[in-house]
Amino acid sequence: MKSLRFLAARLGWAFLTILFVVTLNFFIFRVLPGDPARAGLRDPRLTREAVEAIRVRFGLDKPVINCVQALNPFEAGDCLVNPLDTQFFIYFGNLLRGELGISYHTNRPVADHLGQMLWNTVLLIGAGQVLAILLGVALGVLAAWKSRTRIDVGALLFSLLAWSLPTFWLGIILLFWGSSRFGLPIGGKLTPGLPFVSQAAMLKDLGRHLLLPTLTYTIVFLGEYMLIMRSTLLDILSEDFILTAKAKGLRTFQILKDHALRNAMLPMVTLIALNLGFTVAGAIQIETVFSWPGLGGAVFNAVGQRDYPMLQGAFLLLAVSVILANLAADLLYSLLDPRVRVD
Amino acid sequence: MTSPLLDVRDLSVDFHLPGRPPGHAVSRVGFTLQPGEAMGLVGESGCGKTTLSLALLRLLPPQGRIVSGSVKFNGRELLALSEPEMANVRWKDISMIFQGAMNALNPVASIGAQISEAVRRHYSFMTPVEARTRTAELLDMVGIGAARAGQYPHQYSGGMRQRAMIAMALACSPQIVIADEPTTALDVMIQAQILDLLDRLRRELGLAVIFVTHDLGVVAELCDKVLVMYAGVTAEYAGVDEIYNQPRHPYTQELLKAFPDLSRPRAALNSIPGYPPRIDALPPGCRFAPRCPAVFDRCHIDQPALHALTPEHLAACHLVESES
Amino acid sequence: MTDQPTLITGRAFWRGFRRNRIAVAGLAMLLIALAAAVFAPAVAPYDPYAPVAITVESIYQRPGPAHWLGTDDAGKDVLSNFIFGARVSLTVGIFASFISVVIGGLIGISAGYFGGRLERWLMRFTDFMLVIPDLPLIVVIVAITRPSLTNIILVIGLLGWTTTARLVRSQTLSIKERKFVLRARSIGAGHLHILRRHIFPLVLPLLVVNSVLIISLAILNESTLSFLGLSDPTRISWGQMLNYAFERGAMSSRAWWVLVTPGFGIVWLVLGFTLLGHGLEQVLNPRTEWHHLTDHPRMVSLPAPLNPQP
Ligand SMILES: Nc1ncnc2c1ncn2[C@@H]1O[C@H](COP(=O)(O)OP(=O)(O)OP(=O)(O)O)[C@@H](O)[C@H]1O
Ligand code: SF4
Ligand SMILES: [Mg+2]
Repeated sequence: MKSLRFLAARLGWAFLTILFVVTLNFFIFRVLPGDPARAGLRDPRLTREAVEAIRVRFGLDKPVINCVQALNPFEAGDCLVNPLDTQFFIYFGNLLRGELGISYHTNRPVADHLGQMLWNTVLLIGAGQVLAILLGVALGVLAAWKSRTRIDVGALLFSLLAWSLPTFWLGIILLFWGSSRFGLPIGGKLTPGLPFVSQAAMLKDLGRHLLLPTLTYTIVFLGEYMLIMRSTLLDILSEDFILTAKAKGLRTFQILKDHALRNAMLPMVTLIALNLGFTVAGAIQIETVFSWPGLGGAVFNAVGQRDYPMLQGAFLLLAVSVILANLAADLLYSLLDPRVRVD
Repeated sequence: MTSPLLDVRDLSVDFHLPGRPPGHAVSRVGFTLQPGEAMGLVGESGCGKTTLSLALLRLLPPQGRIVSGSVKFNGRELLALSEPEMANVRWKDISMIFQGAMNALNPVASIGAQISEAVRRHYSFMTPVEARTRTAELLDMVGIGAARAGQYPHQYSGGMRQRAMIAMALACSPQIVIADEPTTALDVMIQAQILDLLDRLRRELGLAVIFVTHDLGVVAELCDKVLVMYAGVTAEYAGVDEIYNQPRHPYTQELLKAFPDLSRPRAALNSIPGYPPRIDALPPGCRFAPRCPAVFDRCHIDQPALHALTPEHLAACHLVESES
Repeated sequence: MTDQPTLITGRAFWRGFRRNRIAVAGLAMLLIALAAAVFAPAVAPYDPYAPVAITVESIYQRPGPAHWLGTDDAGKDVLSNFIFGARVSLTVGIFASFISVVIGGLIGISAGYFGGRLERWLMRFTDFMLVIPDLPLIVVIVAITRPSLTNIILVIGLLGWTTTARLVRSQTLSIKERKFVLRARSIGAGHLHILRRHIFPLVLPLLVVNSVLIISLAILNESTLSFLGLSDPTRISWGQMLNYAFERGAMSSRAWWVLVTPGFGIVWLVLGFTLLGHGLEQVLNPRTEWHHLTDHPRMVSLPAPLNPQP
């Protein structure tokens, strides 16, 4: 009963946040100086008919919201329009139907592009995060256990350094090194034009493309996970129940595994959730450097091509994914911590 | 006389903190414990009771060093064991109930799991099912009931947590249990219940128990003998009747004056004026001299030796020298 | 014993600071960078803003006596660009983090101190902002407005306050319940007085450590923006140098010096701030140096070894 309430509260919160992001997304693109929606209509690549179609479809001839005109907020004459007949509600309605606009660059619906990109990004982030978490936890445990020894100092300095590396630069350096020294591909997801004889051959090619971006990802996030794991564990290992475990005669490895790590997983889950935003930042940089066909790369390309519908769509999808992942982390937390799980 | 179950001699523990002189937390303390015997370990806060207990199990923090002495369990020198050998002694032979059960239990593991973990560590022949049966038996024994094995510490009341700690301490049928202030932070009713439980189990199982406490009332009710510590040294060591009826050390006498009425002994132990000395700046003579009502010149210069008034009654005070 | 907070005194702080090698190393790295940025015109061998004739020979020259770190795609001296680039990173880092820390501090202190409905709304807003991924939002806003230095500072600063707000709030909450604050309240001290005299001094150390961290985040964000092509075109920055190098064939020309140098600058600065922050944290909040699993080989240090079995 209580856990149902908890679930409902979390779901409601995620829903509100998504609404907030949707609204924010709308206003950034319609109200900020520069007015990309209208500027886009002057894009010389669009034909007059296309411009007209876009105007009608996205209601660019309508007031932004009731009484507020994008360019002239003081023009009060429109206050009597039907609120549902404003740009905001048209945008909102379009969103509900999965319409995110037409890419200025390809003239195809943004939504068509984003679907595949999302999965590519999830693949990259997933691989990088799993590795970073595993290695970060392992290093953090080692450093905390051997605290104040050379192992600890070494791991600490390594982590601080890894944390300080700009993701895109590390990517560039690894790309430079990996492609010249080991002949690894310089970007993309699969070698273009290569006929794959089998599933295995394709997976192998994918793996070769994934190697460097994943490595970059892992190094960049490893540092922070290690630092948090280390400081969390240092606190936990000073707790009385660790002394109890030792007094019970348990071996160090078992104490670390069954007592320390189990307690440390909770702050880790919180950190991973908080980190999801940075994860996305990492994706933008890595996908740009490695021309990985994901959402992050799409953000970069859209900026370069001034393709605002694409930028808006990619941003929305990224933000919503982060919110949903956060929700998942919250629920996971409540499963892990008996003090939150209500019986 | 049979050889004792636990024979501690001359045990000293120093704490080394960077930039400070070594702190002598425990100095040349000795005692013996027979099977089934209950000993009280009393003294003001900071006099080294916990440090002594941890030293017996070799669980000192890294600043702590055992610098002299011997600890023999059933004739076996614990201080000479390797760390893995010592790990086999812990809990199997000597277990400990820690000060403050809330923090001594892992908040994210169920009580049952924390008990059966100890069982399985030392009874490796047991299957998981047998270990669970044993856990249920233990929980029944302390009056919790096996049904609550799956619950977590935060779902237990303070008294139940302490019971769970007791069940855990008995998990591997040890011969000695060290109970370090097992009832602090509990209310008076619950304190009495927990002490009764410990006393009953001790008699039923034939355990030897070291009760660490501030509370002379508890000692009078439950113990056979008493070790009174002051600032890391033995002040007086004797049977419980001698301690209560013929206390010879001025410190013991002061402690007892703080509890004139043994039927209401729960008042705080703070009526001796002054504070114990810092362990890294001990007075040169008797450690109690700055607060002793019977102090005389020699006390500030010479450390009193531990004098045997009878073979079973020791006191460290210049005043009793002539009688030994 | 009172529970008056033990505010670390200036002298004790310096003593702790000087002994902390991590903090000192970080500070030294930062001072070097700061000196380079301030005296850039004097230190740099060339004026990076002076026009250079581009010839096939002048671009992507390898490091040599004329150009210690070679030249870039426009024939400019990489070392000089590198030295001048420190200015943008430091400016953005310091000003943006100042904005973030002021906003985060104000929100955190008011939420924590006043509580009630104000706290609920402020924290709800903070939580909203916290889940929205920073960098994409910064990219979007800077892309739509104009990537001038001021805009970049404002956008990074205005979006970077969430973690500060949360930290400061929880610190304020715990200080608020301390006895000396309750006492000040009970004798009728005004809110402003309590905030200024009792709360702020205790939040300050946390704010200092946090702002050092926020500076390094701001520097990383700025360099990423510049690398993505959103840099102030009138100023040289490290991210921008990498952007040009990456987009204009440094990879295929194997001109490693253009790729390595600016990144080294970013790492130098960010690492400097990170080390300083980590060290400050250790000085202000020293933690116990051991735990229950710390190896303790000398626990039994008897003068003479005991025989195992009597
Ligand atoms: N880890 C440590 N580092 C340095 N000194 C310590 C440490 N642990 C204990 N001490 C010192 O050793 C002395 C004995 O402490 P101990 O905890 O054994 O006292 P206690 O008799 O158990 O007190 P209480 O009744 O408060 O539990 C004290 O002076 C204490 O300050
Ligand atoms: S030796 Fe002296 S100071 Fe110490 S207890 Fe005896 S009389 Fe008191
Ligand atoms: Mg104690």
